[in-house]
Formats: sequence, structure tokens, C-alpha cells
Amino acid sequence: MSDASQDPPTRRDFLLLTGTAMTAVGTGAAVWPLIDSLSPSAEVLALATVEVNLANIEAGQSLTVVWRSKPVFVRHRTEQEINQAAQATERDLIDPEADSARAVRPEWLVIVGICTHLGCIPLGQKTGDNRGEFGGWFCPCHGSHYDTSGRIRKGPAPKNLTVPEYRFLDDTRILIG
Amino acid sequence: MSAPHSSHSGSHNATPAKGFYGWMEARLPALSLFNKTLRDFPEPKNLSYLWNFGSLAGIVLVIMILSGIVLATQYTPHVDMAFDSVERIMRDVNYGWLIRYIHANGASFFFLVVFIHMFRGLYYGSYKKPRELLWILGVIIFLLMMATAFMGYVLPWGQMSFWGATVITNLFSAIPLVGEGIVQWLWGGFAVGNPTLNRFFALHYLFPFVIVGVVIFHIWALHVVGSNNPLGIDVREERDQIPFHPYYTFKDLFGLSVFLFFFALFVFYAPNYLGHPDNYIPADPLVTPAHIVPEWYFLPFYAMLRAITFDIGIPFTDIVFVEAKLGGVLVMFGAIGVLFILPWLDRSPVRSGRFRPLFKPCYWLFFVCCVFLGYVGAKPADATLLGLPLQWFGLLGIVYYFAYFLVLLPFVLPKLEKVPELPVSIADAYSEKSSGKQKAAKEQNPTEEGQAE
Ligand code: HEM
Ligand code: FES
Repeated sequence: MSDASQDPPTRRDFLLLTGTAMTAVGTGAAVWPLIDSLSPSAEVLALATVEVNLANIEAGQSLTVVWRSKPVFVRHRTEQEINQAAQATERDLIDPEADSARAVRPEWLVIVGICTHLGCIPLGQKTGDNRGEFGGWFCPCHGSHYDTSGRIRKGPAPKNLTVPEYRFLDDTRILIG
Repeated sequence: MSAPHSSHSGSHNATPAKGFYGWMEARLPALSLFNKTLRDFPEPKNLSYLWNFGSLAGIVLVIMILSGIVLATQYTPHVDMAFDSVERIMRDVNYGWLIRYIHANGASFFFLVVFIHMFRGLYYGSYKKPRELLWILGVIIFLLMMATAFMGYVLPWGQMSFWGATVITNLFSAIPLVGEGIVQWLWGGFAVGNPTLNRFFALHYLFPFVIVGVVIFHIWALHVVGSNNPLGIDVREERDQIPFHPYYTFKDLFGLSVFLFFFALFVFYAPNYLGHPDNYIPADPLVTPAHIVPEWYFLPFYAMLRAITFDIGIPFTDIVFVEAKLGGVLVMFGAIGVLFILPWLDRSPVRSGRFRPLFKPCYWLFFVCCVFLGYVGAKPADATLLGLPLQWFGLLGIVYYFAYFLVLLPFVLPKLEKVPELPVSIADAYSEKSSGKQKAAKEQNPTEEGQAE
């Protein structure tokens, strides 16, 4: 047999190539629905929003609401907590972010209560909870400490607690989502 | 490689076999295959009890599948009903408690047996040429077992089920860019939920049968290259060997009865000893238990996952190569990944640890290191030892774990260890041992061979 690359392409080469290509495309098209069927389905994706009434949350108290099956922490921060959060400089932070960029109004902090390490729910919502070394939240699973702005300060978590999209409907109501 | 195998198989006579056997043989030679693997298969005559654990693992796999199928007939994979359906199995279903305790403790014993099986292989160099593929198939089985046990543990939908599933699936979020997407794909939602439970049940049912498939290849590979043995030298002649039946069938049966004794002790007298009380609390997606711990067989890996709490990058700069979270994940998967390439890492020509004076302490330190990592994994993240953070010791353990495979075996030990004088014949060593002499055979043999070339 001579070196195939020297020969001009034949009809057979063409058929083989296009045939193989079409088989690959066809297989992909057949397998994709199987794979994608595992993704979140339409009814799960149907975006839920939640409205939260802030009127009954005193300064220093928190509320946990469920949004897209995740807990969201709504915290009415005290003066001291706001100051603590504002004081942290970039050098203190693992994932630097200014407190002002995380709270639409400084006295209200709204964050997704899921540890950015491996998804546990940090402690700190109830009175008497361990709030960690920075007075915010503490994740017991692998020891992540969050400050009063929900920013990661110590431990294995890489990111600050996420701030979900939300807006104030009026002074005492927010809409999350 | 000169492993003689199935040379004296009784089934291939010159004259075709008669009767039902002959009729079957002419159409589907399944019976002779069975004979060759379980009856006539020649094994080295000097195997120790450590060689019981392979077939024992096979039997436990069967126990798991049988008890699992019966459980599945009573179990409901739905977040609102799963926990209650398991409690119903425990309280109302005839012998449901027994079947569930067999299945739950069976998983623990399965891992115990497989761990012993693997440490056996590590000591006697069973992963070395020509058994590389046999070893790799074993590591694949181990991975599949871990996936199966993990998904099974989610099914009762207790607190540990839920939070274990959350933590482990979140591992994948450490993958840069696509991580979040992969995790949601795994969950079928924005958190572990009903779609997750449903698919875990489907896969928990499927995977054991995939394991059966890989086990068949594992045994097939074993029958091509033959069993290793405590001396680690090759089988050379027929008198080195004895047929599987009746010698090893009965030895295995004896081992099985000892195993069943201990298994029954747990099933009947301490059925929840190895489990976790938190898993008798129904799953609550809004409350994480104060102390999440996986089942004991995952503890060393869990310790690795948690031990990396710092970003890996250039010190005193902001340059980060690997985030802490990804670091832990890489270390954990790397710990198993390294087993895949082990056959090429260990460069000593000697198989059995018995003839390697420097390997021995390294091996036992490795063993202690694995147990110690298990201890670290069982403790809370902020535990201390001798006044220092326990995680530091965990890091030390991890360093040794990898150093054993990546430094000691390939570079240090082969340099420092002299190749010892090995026994030449299994049969001679065996008969000398049984006639009460201390030393292995030292018969002068003109052709210096016997060890992996
Ligand atoms: C490789 C073999 C297997 C392993 C290692 C394994 C492991 C496990 C584990 C650790 C649990 C949790 C036990 C508990 O705490 O309650 C479990 C539960 C379960 N498994 Fe398996 N399993 C295996 C095979 C199977 C098979 C083949 C089936 C079905 C055909 C099955 C069906 C179930 C069911 C229905 C449950 C939930 C009931 C329960 O929690 O006891 N398993 N499995
Ligand atoms: S999940 Fe919070 S520290 Fe690991």
C-alpha cells in the first residue's frame, strides 16, 4: 500500500469522513437530551421571588427566609455591627469587598445563608449561636468565620456569603429575586 | 511471565464430554469456565489468610445486592416519604430491621474487607508487573464502591444523609468556571432536593451491578496472570501450586464463617455502633448539624478535604494558583489517583515487603498515617492535639501519604535497598517452613531468576 496522504482524495474518503462526522453529530444529538434531562427542570427554574416584611425585625435580630430552596439571612444590624463591617480594610479580607457594596441600606444585610465552602448553613441566626471570631456567622462544618457583613475572614471558604438580588419596595418591605 | 494456568483443567478431554454437561459444553461452555475459575484454577500453595479477603469481598458484594434488592421493594425515594419508609422498614416490615441492619453494617464490613485486601496488595507488591491492570481494575472498583455507598447513605434522608450529600456534591463547585453549573446539574435544582434523592436511588441500584461487571474483569485479569503470594516470587512449576478446590474453597469458607461471626455481632448486638445518631433525625435543609462526619470508611479522605485551609500561591503576594477549596478537593482525589499509577511508581524489583528491610517501616508508617488521618477526619475542624491545631498534624499525614508514593517508593527506597537474595522456589520454601526450619530456601540455583525480571 502506498502512502495514503499522497493519493488524491477519493469518493470513498469523502463518504467516510462525512459519514463519521454525521455519526458523531447524531450521537451527540441523541445523548444530549439524556444528559440535559438531569439539569434543573422548568418548574424548578420557574423563578420564585419572595417578599420580606422587615417591620418586626428589631436591631440585632435576624430572620431566615427560604428563596429558591435556599435560606436567606436578613439581618437588622446594630450600629456596632455596621461599624465593625465598615472598619475592615482590604488587607483583612480574603475576598475583598466593601461593606457599602454589599448592603443597599447599611442597617439591613441580606445574604444567602449558604457557606461558600461546601454548602453548610452557618450558625449565627439564633441568639446563643456561635458567631465565630468576627461576630457574624460561623460555619461549623469546616470552621469558616464570617464577619458582620457576611464576608469570609478565616477558614476554608473562598468567597463572601452571596448577596442575592433584592430591592426595597418601601421602607419596611424588600423583594428578593 | 511464566504463570502456568489451567494447564490441568479437567474439562478439556480429547473425547467430548457426555450427558448434560457435554450437551451444554457443545452449546455454551459456561460450566467449564466455572470449573476453570472456581475448581481447577491453580493457586500458589503458600497463600496466607490475607488472601481470603478477595473472595470475601465478592461474597459481601452478593450480600449487599440481595439485601439491597429486598430493601428497595419497601423503600420510597421521595423527600417527604423516604425517612418514614425506612422507619416503616425498621418497625413494621417483617424482618425489615434485620435486612436493613445487614445492609447498613454490610457496607462498613465491605469497606473493611476491601481495605485489608488493598493493604495486602500494597505490602506484597501485588500491583507490580504483571498485575498492573489487575490492580487498576481494583482501584476502579474501590471508586465505584465509594460512589455507591455515598449515594446509599443519602437514601434514608436523615440529617447526615442530607448534609453529607450537600457537602460532597458541593466539592464539584470547586472546579473553576463550570463548577456551579455541574453542581446544579447533579442536584437537578438549586439545592439537594427531591430530584437529587430520586437519581441517587436510581444510581445506587445501578452501580453495584456495574461493580459486578468490573469484578468479572478483575477476576479475568487475575486468571491470566495468576495470584501473587507472600514470597512475591513467580510460580515456576506445578508443585508450587494447588488447585483452588478443595484447598482454597474450604479455606475461604472457613474465613467466611469467621467473618460472619463478627458481622453478626454487629448486626445483632451493635447495629448502630458504626452509624451516626443524627441520621435518625429527618433531613432539615435549614439546619446543619453541629458536627458533620461521614461514615468511618470515608474519614481519611474527609480529613484530606478539610486540611487545605489556605490558598496555594506565591507567598506574600496576591497570586493564587489553587484556591483552598479546590486544593482540598485535588488532594482528596489525588490520594486515590496516585493509586492508579502506583505500579509505575514503585521501582523496586522486589515484590514482597517481606524481603525489603527499609520498605517495611515506611509501609507501616504509611498504614499508621492512614489510620491517623481517619482520626483527624472524625474530629471537629477546630480540634487540637497537644495544644496545636489537629489540622496541622493532618497536613503532616497528607504530606507523608503522598511522599510514600511519590518520593519513597520511586526514588529513595530503590536507591538505599540492596536487592536481597530471594527464595527460588515456592515449593521448597514452603516445605522447609512446614518442616520447621527458619530460613527460606537457600538452595544454590545456577540460573538466577525467580523475581520479576
Ligand atoms: C456495592 C454494594 C452496596 C453498598 C456499598 C451499599 C451501601 C448502602 C448504604 C451505606 C446505605 C445506607 C444504610 C443506612 O444507613 O440506612 C444503603 C441504603 C440502601 N441501599 Fe444500598 N448498597 C449497596 C447495594 C445496594 C443494592 C444492589 C440495592 C438495590 C438493589 C441497594 C438498595 C438500598 C436501599 C433501598 C437503601 C435505603 C434503605 C436504608 O437506608 O437502609 N443497595 N446502601
Ligand atoms: S461548608 Fe462551611 S466551612 Fe465547609
